[in-house]
Amino acid sequence: MASAPTQADLKTRLQTLIPKLVLSPSLAVIFLFVYGFIIFTVYLSFTDSRILPSFNLVGFENYSKLFRLSHWTTSITNLGIFAGLYIGISTLIGLGLATFLDQKIRGEGLLRPIYLYPMALSFIVTGTAWKWFLDPGIGLEHTMHLWGWESFSFDWIKNSDYAIYTVVIAAVWQSSGFVMAMFLAGLRGIDNEILKAAQMDGASNWQMYRRIILPQLRPAFLSAFVILSHLAVKSYDLVIALTGGGPGRATELPATFMYSYTFTRNQMGIGASSAVIMLMTIAAIMVPYLYAELREKK
Amino acid sequence: MSVATQDTALRTGRISRAFIYLFLLLMALFYLLPFAIMVINSLKPLSEITGGNMMSLPREWTLDAWRAAWSTAQIGVEPTGLKPYFWNSIKMVVPAVAISTVLGALNGYVLTKWRFRGDTILFGLMLFSCFIPFQIVLIPMARVLGLTGLAGTTTGLILVHVVYGIGFSTLYFRNYYAVFPTELVRAAMMDGAGFFGIFWRILMPSSGPITVVCIIWQFTNIWNDFLFGASFADFDSQPITVALNNLVNSSTGVKEYNVHFAGAIYAALPTLLVYIVAGRYFVRGLMSGSVKG
Repeated sequence: MASAPTQADLKTRLQTLIPKLVLSPSLAVIFLFVYGFIIFTVYLSFTDSRILPSFNLVGFENYSKLFRLSHWTTSITNLGIFAGLYIGISTLIGLGLATFLDQKIRGEGLLRPIYLYPMALSFIVTGTAWKWFLDPGIGLEHTMHLWGWESFSFDWIKNSDYAIYTVVIAAVWQSSGFVMAMFLAGLRGIDNEILKAAQMDGASNWQMYRRIILPQLRPAFLSAFVILSHLAVKSYDLVIALTGGGPGRATELPATFMYSYTFTRNQMGIGASSAVIMLMTIAAIMVPYLYAELREKK
Repeated sequence: MSVATQDTALRTGRISRAFIYLFLLLMALFYLLPFAIMVINSLKPLSEITGGNMMSLPREWTLDAWRAAWSTAQIGVEPTGLKPYFWNSIKMVVPAVAISTVLGALNGYVLTKWRFRGDTILFGLMLFSCFIPFQIVLIPMARVLGLTGLAGTTTGLILVHVVYGIGFSTLYFRNYYAVFPTELVRAAMMDGAGFFGIFWRILMPSSGPITVVCIIWQFTNIWNDFLFGASFADFDSQPITVALNNLVNSSTGVKEYNVHFAGAIYAALPTLLVYIVAGRYFVRGLMSGSVKG
């Protein structure tokens, strides 16, 4: 410390500084635009902001108003139905496809991209395709009638009791191939020697699945769950394109609720509080997951 | 990624194999049908769609709907077709992907080869930013873009996509560089190579695969974005996803389904092409989307 810095010293000093300098713009941006903004929105959720942000604090008023709104309770009920079915069905289909594809299937190279390509599409495109495919007047129902099955009826998309399930269908269509890819990678990572040994010992297929294969797929199950659940909470585009939240409010989700309260109904305080609830839902899933994953690496 | 010859094939009888094939084929049909029908019907005149069967092939093949969707369809108040919005998307996606990928590569390099106290926490904070519901940043972002004069501009959208894309690009490069031999980096340091020298001459040459993965991922995400485009853009900057939604959900006039379908295919084409050309990388990208590399 006391000695005058030589040129070499300066250079090493600089060398240790450069990495941090390189990282700092990204960090600054993340801290401002992610964490700073989160704090700002949380603050707004405690104010009486309407069309413009106001800094007049009102305590938990927005939250208590929020949970008295039937519009919001419909949204979270819908999210519950949607997320549960979307995660469950995507996982089942993904696991089924991966398991079957892993049975030395001819044409696997052709089937895999067919299962996966919807993932490359925008939810707006997916919504456009399914909206019409499910439209009773022109899509599937109409076609069945033309083919002579007069009594066939499939009007879920127009029926407020069932419309939310059409969102599930389209969302599963879009993401289940991706879940398949995750499980397939998991299956291909299992040591074949263990399976051979179990087979020698006379284990049945079912036993091998329950005792060896499924337990080894735990990480894949976990990743699929985490990714699907955060997609479910964030779902916005698909609803807008497929049903626009309707019929009535039958397919409103928290994401569409937040948008309409903040930007069209000018209830920014309530919109902000709904965004905070969405963030907390995702954080409850992501934070423990990320914590565990990043700790393991040490 | 393990080799493709490793499978968990079980002893299966002929009947169960037939069942497996049947299931796989039916599922393939499920994935292909909506999009395939959309393509077929985009090639029909409107009268054949409203009056006919969606499953039948066009009696009269026509590209009229494709032409209309591209250059004459009414979107919002202007009969511009999707063309200007397609270019808006390109102008937004190219710089946003480039910038976020470069930043991600540099961040990944620092976080793995120049580690310091607390770097894991900082990485964790960056990573969490990938998963936040964007509703939580919409209000302040609208304010900031408004105050800086970037609201309604492509530059504003590029900024937004770079900010919320850094987390993923950093994740990809960090996971990739984590398994890159640190000895090579050390040796180069001994030889007097500096921070950028090492990055340029030692890590860059072998970063091809992960760069492709990162570019595909960012391209798909940013091209397909709807929320930011709908919130922060106006005519001069609206991306094609927003324009497509306006086209399909406009309540005025006759619903020209064939034009809607052609429009949807335009919006899907770039990402589908990327997927077809580099699909294998795409899958790998999805896989490394889970936190572990």
